[in-house]
Amino acid sequence: MQGGGDGVFRMIRYSDFNYSYGAVCALRSLNLEIGKNELFTVMGPTGSGKTTMLRCLNRLNDVVPSGRHSGSLYLDGVDVYDPRVDVTVLRRRVGMVFALPAVLPTSIFENVAYGPRRAGERSKAALSETVERSLTAAALWEEVKDRLGERAETLSGGQQQRLALARVLALGPDVILLDEPTSGLDPISTLRIEDLLRELSRQYTIVLATHNPQQAARVGSRVGFLMLGELVEVAEAGDMFTRPRDPRTEAFVSGRLG
Amino acid sequence: MGGAGHETVARAREPARRDIGMLKRTDRIAFWVFAAATAVALSFLVFIISFVFVRGIPRVTWSFLTERPRDMGRAGGILPSIVGTIALTGLALLIGTPLGVATAVYLTEYTREGMSSRVIRFGAESLAGVPSIIFGLFGFLFFVIFLGFGWSILSGGLTLALMILPTIIRTSEEAIRAVPREYREISLSLGASRWQTVVHVVLPAALPGVITGVMLSLGRAVGETAAVIFTAGSSLRLPGSIMDPVRTLPVHFYVLAREGISMANAYGTATVLLATVLLIEIAANILIARFSGHAGRG
Amino acid sequence: MSYRKEGSPFWRTTVSSGRVRSQGRTANERVVERVLFCCALTAVSALALITAFIFAEGMPELGRTGPARFVFGTTWSPSRGMFGVLPMIAGSVAVTLAALLMGVPVAVACAVFLAEMAPPRAGVLLKALVELLSAVPSVVYGFVGLTTLVPLIREWTGAPGFSVLAASVVLAIMVMPTITSVSYESLKAVPGSYRDGVAALGGTRWQAIRMVVLPAARSGIVAGIILGIGRCLGETMAVLMVAGNAPVIPTSLLSPVRTLTSGIALEMGYASGRHREALFGTAVVLFAMIAALNLLTRYVASKGAVFGGRRRPRDGSAGA
Repeated sequence: MQGGGDGVFRMIRYSDFNYSYGAVCALRSLNLEIGKNELFTVMGPTGSGKTTMLRCLNRLNDVVPSGRHSGSLYLDGVDVYDPRVDVTVLRRRVGMVFALPAVLPTSIFENVAYGPRRAGERSKAALSETVERSLTAAALWEEVKDRLGERAETLSGGQQQRLALARVLALGPDVILLDEPTSGLDPISTLRIEDLLRELSRQYTIVLATHNPQQAARVGSRVGFLMLGELVEVAEAGDMFTRPRDPRTEAFVSGRLG
Repeated sequence: MGGAGHETVARAREPARRDIGMLKRTDRIAFWVFAAATAVALSFLVFIISFVFVRGIPRVTWSFLTERPRDMGRAGGILPSIVGTIALTGLALLIGTPLGVATAVYLTEYTREGMSSRVIRFGAESLAGVPSIIFGLFGFLFFVIFLGFGWSILSGGLTLALMILPTIIRTSEEAIRAVPREYREISLSLGASRWQTVVHVVLPAALPGVITGVMLSLGRAVGETAAVIFTAGSSLRLPGSIMDPVRTLPVHFYVLAREGISMANAYGTATVLLATVLLIEIAANILIARFSGHAGRG
Repeated sequence: MSYRKEGSPFWRTTVSSGRVRSQGRTANERVVERVLFCCALTAVSALALITAFIFAEGMPELGRTGPARFVFGTTWSPSRGMFGVLPMIAGSVAVTLAALLMGVPVAVACAVFLAEMAPPRAGVLLKALVELLSAVPSVVYGFVGLTTLVPLIREWTGAPGFSVLAASVVLAIMVMPTITSVSYESLKAVPGSYRDGVAALGGTRWQAIRMVVLPAARSGIVAGIILGIGRCLGETMAVLMVAGNAPVIPTSLLSPVRTLTSGIALEMGYASGRHREALFGTAVVLFAMIAALNLLTRYVASKGAVFGGRRRPRDGSAGA
């Protein structure tokens, strides 16, 4: 097992992991471990490789023709690039929330029921129960319970992102990846999402990617700083912002970079 | 570098210094000349429609639509031709739509630009340029004789299906490409397979565009004569199965008019035909307008 | 409850937990891909079949008469066993050229008006109306031409009326919507900054159109015209009804004329034996002309892409 001897159960482990698009290197020799039920934040300027890092975990990068990886990436002790892995099953365990707009062009109910339906769930009762439970967990149920049939596009940006979270939760994942989920959101909605993430991290392993150092400071228990595909520094949020070890980290957190 | 842009703009500046009054006049003249060209084009439309409708509408009665023709079409109605046209074009759509949409899905979702997609595109584009009479001759050689289907709804429908295939492929591909990438990613990230993503997300989102293409094809198929006359025959009897020959509306109209059998009935048939294709086209256009209105919401 | 397999959860081979059915999904995906690929081959297979069948039926007569004598022979007389299609080739070319001479200026002017001059909403509406012209079946065009245009020409000139002129006027109206529609799209594709650049220098709208917009949209307009040529060459029924169909090389606009397409449609109904093969030989000639046109389209399209790339100023502001 990847549990290791220090008593921390490791959910995610990048081991000498490289990823490139054609000749462009997006991630270089990434080594990182993320524990079970940890809320980990990856911050870095645009184009630093955050998105690639996340999209390798659920193999969403498979659709990019020029994408190549080397090294290993373990999820729960299993190499996600093992040829025996069924990516559809993998993706049910590793949910993802995208930047806006992030809803499917259908009703609120069907957005949440989408994953379970594709996994073969037919029972109307089970779907209703799952939808209610997931929306409740995403702190959206009270706002939408009377309008589940309305189109998801009618929701506000903040509500749409909570809907995206509910959609992921409906599959009962281990890991939730969030790629700039609050870009384009107002400050109040952003804080609401961040609170929700802290809450959810008691049950789920969460990896949040953001270009905003303030968000990393607010949310993360542990923060990694990624730049030009290189993981420059990993530290507790407090340390990262008060005592950055690397000058590039300091430049970024003080707003001189990115 | 944008050299061309700079040059032309520089040239535009030159006369602007000279005589602004004259330039304004030229501008106005150009406007009216070009407006006149548009008016000419539209006047043809108005002329053709009114020419046919004025002479044909009096003939289009309920019994004209629901009776069988008598005396080679000199009297009676056009029911068999209406039924034949519906059967023939219906069959063409039934075969052409799935094949065309499947091709578009394959090109957009299942293959990257490469040898196979180039070959497929070449086939579709070249097919689009083949004249309808060649389709007719091919349908005659292949479906009627080689496969032994005879002059029948089946032969005609298959021929028309091949004829409308390029249009359906092109419009479906455009519609599918217009579906935001985000939808596909969300679907895949939720554990849907590629095919599930196509069926449950991509195609529903592309549906208005696909339907538009199907309707444009339908309009073309309904009015087609040359490809149908050699493959579906020219029978005036009501078809009983898809192996029966039929005489579609344009063919019936052609025969009535050319052989001078009955001008009144020819105009009546033309009115029904023209009204049908115009309605289909207008409906498709309304759909396009709606669709592009929605596209604003990324 | 969770929608995933338990145990070592994302192996494909793991037994599912009752309601989850993902086993064999990858295999299904492969089947789906194969099926879609086969469907996608329909168009290209149809093209191959059409080519094969038309050539198989038409080549014997080309061989018998000799390709050169078949293509350049000036006498088409089935009863005497003489099959030369030059009159039909000349007829097709003549009506196509005359139709383009009349149709292209009007069509392009119409596109310019709709795309550049008319108020945007009116432009879209009027364009839809112009495109309605393309929905009118060709037999209707032919018939209206037959009953209005042919007598008109007869009255004015004393000639029979069935002529190159009648056929090309009908064709000009028929191809106008095609050319207008393609030209309109390529005009709309010219970046607004081009026009703004001219306006910023005090240029008028007409100057912008003439010096910047039209040159930038040139390749698209040419593509539309080539498409129109294809429609002219391939059109059958409308031409058949107004052209007079005499298989002689036309000498004036008022000469009756037979095109490749109308020649086939006219005689196919009763031809047999060598005569029928000669008609398929005619189809081979038509097919070859269309194929050559297709190659030309491809050439223009590839050129257009190159021009487009060079013409577009990198800053996108047309040097304003």
